[in-house]
Amino acid sequence: MKFGIVVFPGSHGATDCYYALEQVLKEAVTYLWHAEEDLQGVDCVIIPGGYAYGNYLRPGSIARFSPIMKQVIAFGKQGGLILGLCNGFQILTEAGLLPGALIRNSSLRFQCQNTYLRVEQTQTPFTNLCTEKEIVKMPIAHAEGCFVVAKETLESLEKESRIVLRYCDEQGEITPESNPNGSLNNIAGIINEQGNILGMMSRPERCVEAILGGVDGKKLFSSLVEWWQGGAER
Amino acid sequence: MWSEHCSYKNSKNVLKQFPTTGQRVLQGPGENAGVVDIGDGQAVVFKIESHNHPSAIEPYQGAATGVGGIIRDIFTMGARPIASLNSLRFGSLKNKKTRYLFEGVVAGIAGYGNCMGIPTVAGEVYFHPSYEENCLVNAMCVGIMKHEDLAKGLAKGPGNPVFLVGARTGRDGIHGATFASEELSEASEERVPAIQTGDPFMEKLLMEACLEVLKTGYIVGMQDLGAAGITSSSCEMASRAGTGIEMDVAKVPCREEGMTPYEILLSESQERMLFVVEKGREEEIQAIFQKWDLEATQIGQVTVDGLMTIKEGAEIVAQVPAQALTELCPRYDREAQEPEYLAPAQEYDLGTLPEMEDYGKVLLTLLGTPTIASKEWVFSQFDYLGGTNTVVPPGSDAAVLRIKGYNKGIALTVDGNSRYVYLDPYRGGQIAVAEAARNLVCVGAVPLALTDGLNFGNPEKPEVFWQFKETVAGMSKACEVLETPVVGGNVSFYNETKGEAIYPTPIVGMVGLIEDLSQVTTPGFKEEEDIIILLGQNKDELGASTYLSIIHGLEAGKTPEIDLELEKKVQQATLELIKLKLAVSAHDCSEGGLAVALAECCLAGKIGAEVALTENLRPSGMLFGESPSRIIISIRKGKIDTVLQSLKKLQVPYKVIGSVGGEVLSIAGSGWKVKVELAEMEEKYRRAIPCFMQG
Repeated sequence: MKFGIVVFPGSHGATDCYYALEQVLKEAVTYLWHAEEDLQGVDCVIIPGGYAYGNYLRPGSIARFSPIMKQVIAFGKQGGLILGLCNGFQILTEAGLLPGALIRNSSLRFQCQNTYLRVEQTQTPFTNLCTEKEIVKMPIAHAEGCFVVAKETLESLEKESRIVLRYCDEQGEITPESNPNGSLNNIAGIINEQGNILGMMSRPERCVEAILGGVDGKKLFSSLVEWWQGGAER
Repeated sequence: MWSEHCSYKNSKNVLKQFPTTGQRVLQGPGENAGVVDIGDGQAVVFKIESHNHPSAIEPYQGAATGVGGIIRDIFTMGARPIASLNSLRFGSLKNKKTRYLFEGVVAGIAGYGNCMGIPTVAGEVYFHPSYEENCLVNAMCVGIMKHEDLAKGLAKGPGNPVFLVGARTGRDGIHGATFASEELSEASEERVPAIQTGDPFMEKLLMEACLEVLKTGYIVGMQDLGAAGITSSSCEMASRAGTGIEMDVAKVPCREEGMTPYEILLSESQERMLFVVEKGREEEIQAIFQKWDLEATQIGQVTVDGLMTIKEGAEIVAQVPAQALTELCPRYDREAQEPEYLAPAQEYDLGTLPEMEDYGKVLLTLLGTPTIASKEWVFSQFDYLGGTNTVVPPGSDAAVLRIKGYNKGIALTVDGNSRYVYLDPYRGGQIAVAEAARNLVCVGAVPLALTDGLNFGNPEKPEVFWQFKETVAGMSKACEVLETPVVGGNVSFYNETKGEAIYPTPIVGMVGLIEDLSQVTTPGFKEEEDIIILLGQNKDELGASTYLSIIHGLEAGKTPEIDLELEKKVQQATLELIKLKLAVSAHDCSEGGLAVALAECCLAGKIGAEVALTENLRPSGMLFGESPSRIIISIRKGKIDTVLQSLKKLQVPYKVIGSVGGEVLSIAGSGWKVKVELAEMEEKYRRAIPCFMQG
């Protein structure tokens, strides 16, 4: 399986994703420079965290106009796997690939901390190696991660089981205290209707090695590999 | 250029005392940053710098551009920045202005560092009335590189073109350097135009582009534009190389129309670099900057004549020998005199202080004092995980970063207790260095070298200059004994408001090496039944303590004595036990003394402890005295014989003081006992700063 990591100017999470995939998960990976228009035949596009274009104006609002995004959008519409992490999630909502928006944290401050997430859906390319309601620990680091969406869309997200991850406490309870940024219904990650695009604010690439305090992020990347291999066999 | 900020005219002669060489030192003071070998052909590059005055007037931008400036110093050397640290001083949080400054400074550091993707991994914050109007913001940056990538700020090779790259030049920051070299006053608010504004995204592009062009090998020299803008960077580059530079200000891309040569030369617009390219290689270099959407413009060339020749078009508007602006600046040996406050403060009789009734309550009060309390409110605003190297995040004695591709890491800390220095600058200087080294040792690192941030009042006052001299002498002594040379630093004078100087505040930023990452140790107690051992000696030394200040409102007494040989032994013993994997936790005793240190071990490990102390000392001195050279370690119960044998062999004073377990911290002495619930300590410790900031 070949992963492609989009690099906008300011996408400093790109190198962290690259390291996690190449050095830890031993997968093939390549960078996709924002000014190019070729996805180099990758099987999964990762839009990493960071500050694409400095997050000036509004996070993701400039990045979505980059040349590479035309291809990314087309790839996603054809069912290609896309994973948006943190700033990547913001960019996906700005690009219209995922519904809703990520506004300032309810604390009005940047927050870097560990969060617990409850896996709400395991029948996805991103979480198929997780168990039902599994609790995973992944750090967040953002100032604009409060997920908001129109009421009707929220209802359909819930109804269509498109909420894949929710912020919870250590025991898996969905509580206001365990919601770090004020996201509606504790939403931490959602997928699109076709189920091939996931956006999440937490950072799996930062927890793939025990020495850094956790390995739960591996499950997400390994799920993608598992799904892709299954698909290749199918 | 002759301002204190640029020339160090008042400090240079004193700073000569610092030991600056050592086996691992590849570059000492004088360049943009110090460089220290960490083996495998790799080096760490680091420096600390103050941005006090700008932050006191405009906290967000002042702090942000402080971070930006120090990051440029690091990548100018050819190193990739991998971590930032900061040392902050504010007045009392009860004061609304302080909360405004504190909030703005923290947000500014976060805003800049987070956007750059450089994790802010460690720091310290003290709150004290002496910083009420003049907060201190010292930012440190650490980079890593291969030895052969070391770049220097030299304008070599007459005929080579001189380029300016990065942001366009505006009218911001003009006279920033002179503003930094005077006392703050009512009129300082009018200095807002002298404060630069930061653009971290531009800096991120600049950093990536500079690191890429340096790899080509066609860059002769590079220098960032800081205080005094183009003037200082070009003079320094020419002066270091013994050459001159001729440049045309009309070629400088400006963001405003009608800027005079004077304004262009002194603008401190941020995110700009000056570099000299090997002649004939301009196009290759231009292509890289273009890839990063940056504007690189040739504004002049290197000359043989040793002159700074400034033209506007064909007309020469200024011409001065480069060396005249740098090396030939006058140096002063200022008059030094012991301040009058000192003798009475030191002689204050602490023997007659009444003992308190409830020391559990005192401990809780100290844990809820902002200077001691958890700084999570601060560091959770910093992206301390970026780069995926952070092994020990903020909140421990020192941060630890792994070096990718190796089983080694570096440990980083910043330290400085100004009350110690106020009450005895020589001892205070020694303790600052010793404590930084001790913090590194506690996480399992061998201390390598340091950068100093020296923050003082007006050096033209003999009392201030005396404090400065004594402090540097004390620091130098400790550097020698502990074998941690000074490889760079920063002096910030004129930290005064309305004629009152701040407490003398030397800050030590130190880097250590961890040869084996499996040895990384943290302060938290680990498991039930682990044995707690104190290395070092307990004494009744309440002078200059946080206890005296908070509980008795006294800033008096003698700064605790420090025996550097003992310090060294305690540090060596701790490292030895960590290397043998015998110590499972290690934490140093500092502000708040032994009681607070034990509480911190419990809080970090989420487990209680039962401690019994046998020395015949009064409870206040025993619990809260701040004698240095003490480290609390814990070990597995079954290893006690091995550990005690090692300690005897190492001839280090120690005491087995208790065991880990339960949900209470209890400390018993002869005839007294303190018992505090973990949950209660947690509440005080975690809630203190958030409570202030909500109110």
